[in-house]
Amino acid sequence: MALHINNVTKRFGSFTAVDDLSITINKNQIFGFLGANGAGKTTTFRMILGLIDETEGQIRWNDQKIDYSVTDSMGYLPEERGLYPKMKVKEQMIYLGRLRGMEKSSIIKALDYWLDRFKIPEYKDKKVEELSKGNQQKIQFISAVINQPKLLILDEPFSGLDPVNVELLKEAVIELKDQGTTIVFSSHQMSTVEELCESLCIMVKGKPVVQGALKDIKRQFGKKNLLVHADMDLSFLKDMLGVVKYAETAQGCRLQINDESVSQDILKELIMRDGFIKRFDLLEPSLNDIFIEKVGESYE
Amino acid sequence: MNKFWVVLSQTYLTRFKSKSFIIMTALFLVFILAIGNIDRIIELFNSDEETLIPTVAVIDETNLYEDYLTDIESQSLQYDVSSETEASLNEAVLAGEIDGVLTLSDDETQPFTATLRLEDVLNNRLEYQVNEHLQQLKVMVMTEEAGIDGEILQSIYSPVSFQLEAIEKADGTTSKTEEEISGARGLVYVMLFLLYFAVITYGQMIATDIANEKTSRVMEILISSSSPVSQMFAKIIGIALLGLTQISILIVTAFLVIQTRVNDFDGDFFEVFGFSDIDVSVYVYALVFFLLGYLLYATLSAMLGSLVSRMEDVGQLMFPVIILIIIAFMVSMFGLESPESTLVTVMSYIPFFSPLVMFLRVGLLGIPFYEVMLSIGILLVTIFILGFVGAKVYRGGVLMYGGGFKLKDLKQVMHLSKKSK
Repeated sequence: MALHINNVTKRFGSFTAVDDLSITINKNQIFGFLGANGAGKTTTFRMILGLIDETEGQIRWNDQKIDYSVTDSMGYLPEERGLYPKMKVKEQMIYLGRLRGMEKSSIIKALDYWLDRFKIPEYKDKKVEELSKGNQQKIQFISAVINQPKLLILDEPFSGLDPVNVELLKEAVIELKDQGTTIVFSSHQMSTVEELCESLCIMVKGKPVVQGALKDIKRQFGKKNLLVHADMDLSFLKDMLGVVKYAETAQGCRLQINDESVSQDILKELIMRDGFIKRFDLLEPSLNDIFIEKVGESYE
Repeated sequence: MNKFWVVLSQTYLTRFKSKSFIIMTALFLVFILAIGNIDRIIELFNSDEETLIPTVAVIDETNLYEDYLTDIESQSLQYDVSSETEASLNEAVLAGEIDGVLTLSDDETQPFTATLRLEDVLNNRLEYQVNEHLQQLKVMVMTEEAGIDGEILQSIYSPVSFQLEAIEKADGTTSKTEEEISGARGLVYVMLFLLYFAVITYGQMIATDIANEKTSRVMEILISSSSPVSQMFAKIIGIALLGLTQISILIVTAFLVIQTRVNDFDGDFFEVFGFSDIDVSVYVYALVFFLLGYLLYATLSAMLGSLVSRMEDVGQLMFPVIILIIIAFMVSMFGLESPESTLVTVMSYIPFFSPLVMFLRVGLLGIPFYEVMLSIGILLVTIFILGFVGAKVYRGGVLMYGGGFKLKDLKQVMHLSKKSK
């Protein structure tokens, strides 16, 4: 059970939306797509689902082309949320569930489970337009997972939700993964991606600039962050060899350094100076740092 | 094909249960019942005295004809020989006690002369009835004077035995008889209105339904679940079944109304629009052309509906469709008068007009079978092509969002749906 994306390119006329993308996503994995707006994430998702055809390359799910014969085991949460506004939640789910090849009785069972889980059982017989935006989104999420999909595609699942609901949804995603669902999702929230994904891909203008397992990416990135809190003027650190970025904070400064060995030079320098060092902390680079660096880089 | 039925039944049932459908059907039913009982409704609003048989007082100065007049058995008029003076009778008319005063007096050259005095001389039915009775009286009196026997008189007035028959043509067809044509004309009228109504109502429904799913963005989930092409046709057929349901309800009601009222109606209605003399094949053609016509316009509407992304634009896009059906309607109206004109013949092969115009020719003229088949063939091919293009446009169109509609969007849509080679 794996999703293979092999050298996929998608062109709309002269515009290249996705450029030579190759990814393998294994079973029980959560894979994150990152990218600025218009980077080609949604286009990739649509190609995975077979909604649009790739110009070059191929996408295979268990060595099979994805078409309408396998859609019953797919789940999709589109970026543009959409449900029938005038239809009741229950009717809506029955319709969408049956379109995924489900029986009415199992739809109701699954719906009850998810509504309880998201603490909104009272909305079962409400029209969608009467619900708040966050609750509509939960219903939308339920519509994507009601058929216990083998492959679940979530386009920006957490945008527009409050932190409590983001947690609820995250737990649901992790649970689905543990039950054997392969999950592909895109997000702007780096912290969420860091928390959920083992592997990810950062896309810039249709090209994958970084991809692989999260810890490999962090290691390969090389650069580290250094947090220094001390009772002295730290501005001299700006000019030290190996310091890439310098930002003053309330209690000291935050540095980005080329290599972790640089931190030892800095430590020696600090000790030589007369001052009280409260904190000296070598940090892993955050995904945000990597994202900004990679995306910013290719804009230049 | 399972999902096809899911979409079909969903389309049908949601619409069927919707308030607008129920209200619309109910309104039509009320309308049909009202038309069927129009005479009773008119009666309801008329005052009682006008429904009484009018009375005409007769002053017979000749004293010869009063017996005859009082003998006339008329359901609608009663003569009452009076000995009162003219002036007092005039007053009785003005008072509303009687409806008119008829005075018969001697004449040198004719049996009598007559004067009818009424309160209101405009559009008064009494005038014609009295005139007719007097004419009969005069003929009777004069033939009697001339010594002509009553039986001879009857045979003079009996109509000539006259029949009209069409000569069989070389290809085995004959032109239609007057009864068949008038029957077919009625059916063509009904068909014209039904198809016009169906295209505008149900075509709009399809386009709205699709545009609705696009605006609410539920479309992307739908097409990730089942094939857009099967969805499109499920919708078209779902709405078609809905339309047939609605039209059947209306036709059955109309039929029942006619059945229950058949004895109350005057013969004229059924003579002009009589359906009794129509060949069964014309009914079959009516159904075939109706269904094909609907399919053609429905496919076009579905294609156009998939191109808009806002509900407001549906009307704008439906405009050309409505123009087409209006042209077809106009040509058919013209064709009812002159079904053999070249314009009608040519139009009967052009897909968007042929459902109405070819049916009109089939109904009114005896045209060879192959001509009808040719027209149906062209229609079928067009539906097929439109279905094919429509499915492609639909596939791409549902993923495309943007304000308004431009022709270049169509190109982009085709591109979105293009299969990779």
